[in-house]
Amino acid sequence: MGKLNFRIVVFGLAIIFGIFFSIPSLFQLQDGKKVTLGLDLQGGLHMLLGVKTEEATKSRIKSITASIKRFSERKDILVDDLKFDESGISFTLLDIDDVKNMREFLKETDGLNIAVNGESFSINLTKKEIARTEKEAIDQAIETIRNRLDQFGLAEPVVARQGAEKILVQLAGIKTAEDEQRARELISRAAKLELMAVDEDRIARVNTMSDSDASEYGDVILEDSKNPAIKYLVHEIPILDGGMLTDASMGFDQNNRPLINFKLNAEGAEIFGDFTGKSVGKRLAVVLDGKVYSAPNINERIGGGSGQISGSYTVMEAKDLAIALRSGALLAPIYLMEKRSVGPSLGADSIKASMMALVGGFVLVIVFMMVYYRMAGVIANIALIANLFILLAVMSLFGATLTLPGMAGIVLTVGMAVDANVIISERIRELIYEGKSMHKAIEEGYANAMRAILDANITTLIASVVLYAYGTGAIKGFAITMSIGILASMLTAILGTHGIYQMLESKILKSKDNKFWFGIKG
Amino acid sequence: MEFFKYTKTFNFMGKSKMAMAISIILLLASYMLLVTKGLNYGVDFAGGTIVQVKYDTVAPIDEMREKLKDNKIFDGASITEFGSADEVVVRMKTTTSDVEVDVGDVTREALKGTGNYEIRRVDIVGPTVGAELKEKGVISLVLAIVGILIYVAFRFEWRFAVSSIFALIHDISIALGAISLVGLDVNLDVLAALLTILGYSLNDTIIVFDRIREGVTSSKKTDLTDIVNESVTRTLARTTLTSLTTFFVVFTLFMFGGEIIHAFAFTLLVGVVVGTYSSVFVASPILIWFGFDVKGYHIKLAQKAKREAEKTRMRDQYESGIM
Repeated sequence: MGKLNFRIVVFGLAIIFGIFFSIPSLFQLQDGKKVTLGLDLQGGLHMLLGVKTEEATKSRIKSITASIKRFSERKDILVDDLKFDESGISFTLLDIDDVKNMREFLKETDGLNIAVNGESFSINLTKKEIARTEKEAIDQAIETIRNRLDQFGLAEPVVARQGAEKILVQLAGIKTAEDEQRARELISRAAKLELMAVDEDRIARVNTMSDSDASEYGDVILEDSKNPAIKYLVHEIPILDGGMLTDASMGFDQNNRPLINFKLNAEGAEIFGDFTGKSVGKRLAVVLDGKVYSAPNINERIGGGSGQISGSYTVMEAKDLAIALRSGALLAPIYLMEKRSVGPSLGADSIKASMMALVGGFVLVIVFMMVYYRMAGVIANIALIANLFILLAVMSLFGATLTLPGMAGIVLTVGMAVDANVIISERIRELIYEGKSMHKAIEEGYANAMRAILDANITTLIASVVLYAYGTGAIKGFAITMSIGILASMLTAILGTHGIYQMLESKILKSKDNKFWFGIKG
Repeated sequence: MEFFKYTKTFNFMGKSKMAMAISIILLLASYMLLVTKGLNYGVDFAGGTIVQVKYDTVAPIDEMREKLKDNKIFDGASITEFGSADEVVVRMKTTTSDVEVDVGDVTREALKGTGNYEIRRVDIVGPTVGAELKEKGVISLVLAIVGILIYVAFRFEWRFAVSSIFALIHDISIALGAISLVGLDVNLDVLAALLTILGYSLNDTIIVFDRIREGVTSSKKTDLTDIVNESVTRTLARTTLTSLTTFFVVFTLFMFGGEIIHAFAFTLLVGVVVGTYSSVFVASPILIWFGFDVKGYHIKLAQKAKREAEKTRMRDQYESGIM
């Protein structure tokens, strides 16, 4: 054996590093950092969601309207014609002396443009307030979806903001269509709970009323959750909404059917108590996402602020609904911008196919290099194998994601990593033909080849970096494996093989067998 | 083993007129195809929906068409075989934005009674996302080209950079022409393949240019054509070998990589062949036509060396305390 040199030592350390850190990924060990398989390889759901932020502004206006109504009832202010739509709120006070009082109250709420003309008010949201509400709707949607998915029981759900107003949701390891359906329902469920007063004076006529008739009376027609034929006429402005909810959990009624228990905060409990105290004998509609779940009679004042939502759901549905209520309502509905779902069997097929391509390409290249360059080919092959280990190790350490295009990137790395050795070997052969000594041929060969290899690799790297910056999803995986592969090849194919030659130099000099070492005569 | 032994210089540049004719014909054919037939944008860029269904026997495509006809969601849907006879994709230009209703589930319901099947993949790309991906795709191609241009100009000389960019545009155009000819769906993976071709083809060109640069600086010859011929000949073995190894792996990817990676592998396959050709027959002749002035370069080099020498002399003097 020849003597050690710094190149071979560095190369040896790199190989040890490569093997050591790729073991957890190769053998799928429990411990240690591993490469994560992308959704396209292990199966899963990728969604890009948008938020209908205009709905958030609308519901903000609605809740301000509700607070105006509550305030005027508490202070015995007579309000006429209280109306709201997506652009604003309008009403008239019957007593001009109340105008000051109402103004004071409205000033407590930020972000309102208030115009008063005699006794009539018209209110809308400032531009800044609209922007704030929209931003809050997105922030809150991300937070809520994350909360819900955390409780759903999947390993490591990804919920992240993408750009200014998109939400990226990635769920790995969804195995069945039912699971996917559950996850999607959980994510998109508005979970907006409202307690609304039934308009007992007019409900008898509900079946002959149109929506616009109802809104004339400040009412709205809602369907029953189980039977859409049953309709309820309720006051449009809710008594309170889910924002005052502190807890929700699944329970069972006396017949052992699942239901949902909820608790209200102090403010909610007070409003609820006041309302039920005033409305004995009337009905209270429990409305979830615009559907009436139940409308029990109020028999007495209900204090304590807890209630139930009954409905005919399965245990699973009740559980998911409780999760949704507990994590809070979505301020605005979400919609689908992009979805990619891959079944586990397709992922497995993709792994199989790309492994076959990798092994096939690898064997072809290895055999070719050995036949063409003999020992120089063997040395290049050692570098190539080391390259693959280092690539895997680096990806494991960074917890990088391996996607199908990423696999293609590895396959391509195999083809291109030997390029450096081809260039070097050709240079060495040339120098041998020119009659240079073996020592000189090797050293000058490396020196001459260096510049070309460097320039070529850097330009490929430029393309990879651009791809990483602008690529999305699985394509990023391709850029990652290509980049790491190129960088690793500089270490293995240039430094590593040079070290091997230096170590074996005395042997090469002694044998003078150019055919054995470099595959050439002479 | 040796394919090429460097004994005499081949007159590659003598063949450059013929090569140029071939290139121009290929380019014109590609542009013709792109204008008349155009590119078949897949869901990633055009937006739309894809549902991939796998049967455990041969997929009953006619029966599927019949079944899907009843649902309005599938209006204008195309159903085609995907890779093998038991796998099909249903393609639609429309998308649904409802999170709760899923096209995959709808398809599963609609196909009931057509045999044993499994919904393996559902891709929905809304129009805004599609447009965004397209924009990002174009930006990334342009950025990569500009980045490479700057690097090559910095490391070599502007004429080298412009010649290599010509070669790159040549390669990308022909690859796009081939994609149009075969009628492949252009998705994100094809874009990735195109960017890889950029890197790969340039790789080849740079190896040749590096030799030319070396020849220009070290050789006594002043005729650029001679230098180019010698450089191309000397790098021929390397060009062929690396192209071969890369071709091997891309070919296995094409053969065994599965249907999903098919378009990617095809694009690369074309790119490897065209990229190798262009580094010899496109980039180098253009460099000659630009009239790279070897004599001038030698003079410039000499001046530069003189300046350097002057600098060192001054520094030495300064350090030894003369100044």
